[in-house]
Amino acid sequence: MLLIDCPYCGPRNSTEFRHAGEAGKSRDLASATPAQWRRYLYEYDNPLGWVRESWFHSAGCRRYLSSERHTGTNEVRWVVPFGTAAPSSTTDEETSR
Amino acid sequence: MAQTATTTGGRARTRGRAARYSAFDIVRRGVTHSEWPRSFNEHELRTTYDVVIVGAGVHGLACAYYLAVNHGITNVAVLEKSYMGGGGSGRNTAIIRSNYLTPEGVRFYDRSVKLYEKLSVDLNYNVMFSQRGHLTLAHNDASLRTMNWRAEVNKLQGIDSSVIDAKEVGRIVPYLDVSADTRYPILGALYHPPGGIIRHDAVNWGYARAATHLGVEIHQQTEVLGIETAGGKVTGVRTSRGNISTSMVINCTAGWASTISDMVDVKMPLVTHPLQAAVTEPVKVFLSAVIVSGSLHVYVSQTDRGELVFGASVDPYPSYSMRGSLEFTEGLAAHILELIPSISSLKLLRQWAGLCDMTPDYSPIMGVTPVEGFLVDVGWGTYGFKAGPVAGEQMAQLIATGRTPDLIAAFDLARFADGRLVGEKGAASVGH
Ligand SMILES: Cc1cc2nc3c(=O)[nH]c(=O)nc-3n(C[C@H](O)[C@H](O)[C@H](O)COP(=O)(O)OP(=O)(O)OC[C@H]3O[C@@H](n4cnc5c(N)ncnc54)[C@H](O)[C@@H]3O)c2cc1C
Ligand SMILES: [Zn+2]
Repeated sequence: MLLIDCPYCGPRNSTEFRHAGEAGKSRDLASATPAQWRRYLYEYDNPLGWVRESWFHSAGCRRYLSSERHTGTNEVRWVVPFGTAAPSSTTDEETSR
Repeated sequence: MAQTATTTGGRARTRGRAARYSAFDIVRRGVTHSEWPRSFNEHELRTTYDVVIVGAGVHGLACAYYLAVNHGITNVAVLEKSYMGGGGSGRNTAIIRSNYLTPEGVRFYDRSVKLYEKLSVDLNYNVMFSQRGHLTLAHNDASLRTMNWRAEVNKLQGIDSSVIDAKEVGRIVPYLDVSADTRYPILGALYHPPGGIIRHDAVNWGYARAATHLGVEIHQQTEVLGIETAGGKVTGVRTSRGNISTSMVINCTAGWASTISDMVDVKMPLVTHPLQAAVTEPVKVFLSAVIVSGSLHVYVSQTDRGELVFGASVDPYPSYSMRGSLEFTEGLAAHILELIPSISSLKLLRQWAGLCDMTPDYSPIMGVTPVEGFLVDVGWGTYGFKAGPVAGEQMAQLIATGRTPDLIAAFDLARFADGRLVGEKGAASVGH
């Protein structure tokens, strides 16, 4: 079981959330070429390690959240409201394994 | 070839070939208590190979076998960080079928079914392929429509596949609840008689045994740590047991495929999700066919030992963790009892998870990449065990000839950049 500590609702089972993908992908709506669009749509880092991602609390506050999670252990390091700056104290080197 | 198998009973076998298994041999060894010869050989890691295959699952092993047997290429190393079949190939629910949705998919998987049908004989290893029939249930009009579509595509490719009504479903599977007053009534099913299940470990071991006796080396406990390139070409591989020089590396690591492709900066459209399965205690055989329900997210078959094997769709978020979850078991029990209420007092023996490299279109990715000498045979998601033989055969042909065979041309990596997806979601998201 994966617990996600929603900043609005408190710790909840991951079944309440919808995974909304890796964070940090973007494309320029006005100028993206078809190739850039496809890269945005289909390519993933899919790392074995710490990953920044987004969740939608669909069975709770129905807000988007950002988090950092280790995909090997499923440890969640932090969860913040979507669009908030990531806690700066953590770096990949610090706790990666 | 140094891999000559000699029996400890004293009789030397044909040079370079595995000891033949036969009914006679079982009786003879039973009577004389002579030991069986080793099925595999262990080797020192050499410093150079013509071909290095990463991952000793069914795909890596089959590729190695067909390189040796079809093309005489035997200076091949299969590198495995853990043990042979420790990935999806030893964790899957072993459903084999070819009733896919696209003509490219149907043709491709049908070739694999054909190869599986004669695999026991080819490998001299009983892979227990049981073509007991495969039923995909429809609980609503939309899925009935997709099934009719699939049946027509299948028939055009010469595949035995048709839509049957609920009464016929009840006749083939007597214990299924086909009454009309259930929450998810069964309206009909896509029926695929040649579909079935297989002994997955036997397939892995059979390929490994045959490949090593042809001269291929399988190195377990050998992790690939990096891939060296120069001028856009592969030159070598760094492993936990030393460095190798080679000009050809094949990525056959399924759930870990992104981590290997990252070593040469080839971006992959893959997301790794765990997929779970479970088995019950064994009971007398009552279920003859494989049953899949897309709407209920569950499928079931019964092994020859009598255990019911259950599976579902992938876990809802990406992960490389292979831990089972309670959510899975709860959902599974609820859904399977909708279909077969009479098994409510059966106990689950165990559950497990494996990693699946999901692609956006539920089709695999095979062939060349922008890095010369770096090939991929990945994107096997929840459905890749059935494709081991055909992918191995076709990849071996690509390696030997340098040309992409027609059968896999549609599944190239470039299709994502070019917008040529091969959409199989309707045929592969729950039914693996
Ligand atoms: C629960 C479950 C049920 C399934 N059911 C079905 C089914 O019914 N039918 C079907 O067709 N498919 C099914 N599948 C999918 C199928 O199991 C896989 O698609 C298939 O086994 C993939 O085979 P592979 O040889 O490509 O990879 P794997 O068997 O996963 O092998 C990859 C290997 O690469 C090794 N590796 C990884 N990284 C490294 C490294 N750095 N160095 C060296 N080695 C490395 C791993 O240890 C692993 O052994 C199921 C999967 C699961 C998990
Ligand atoms: Zn919330």
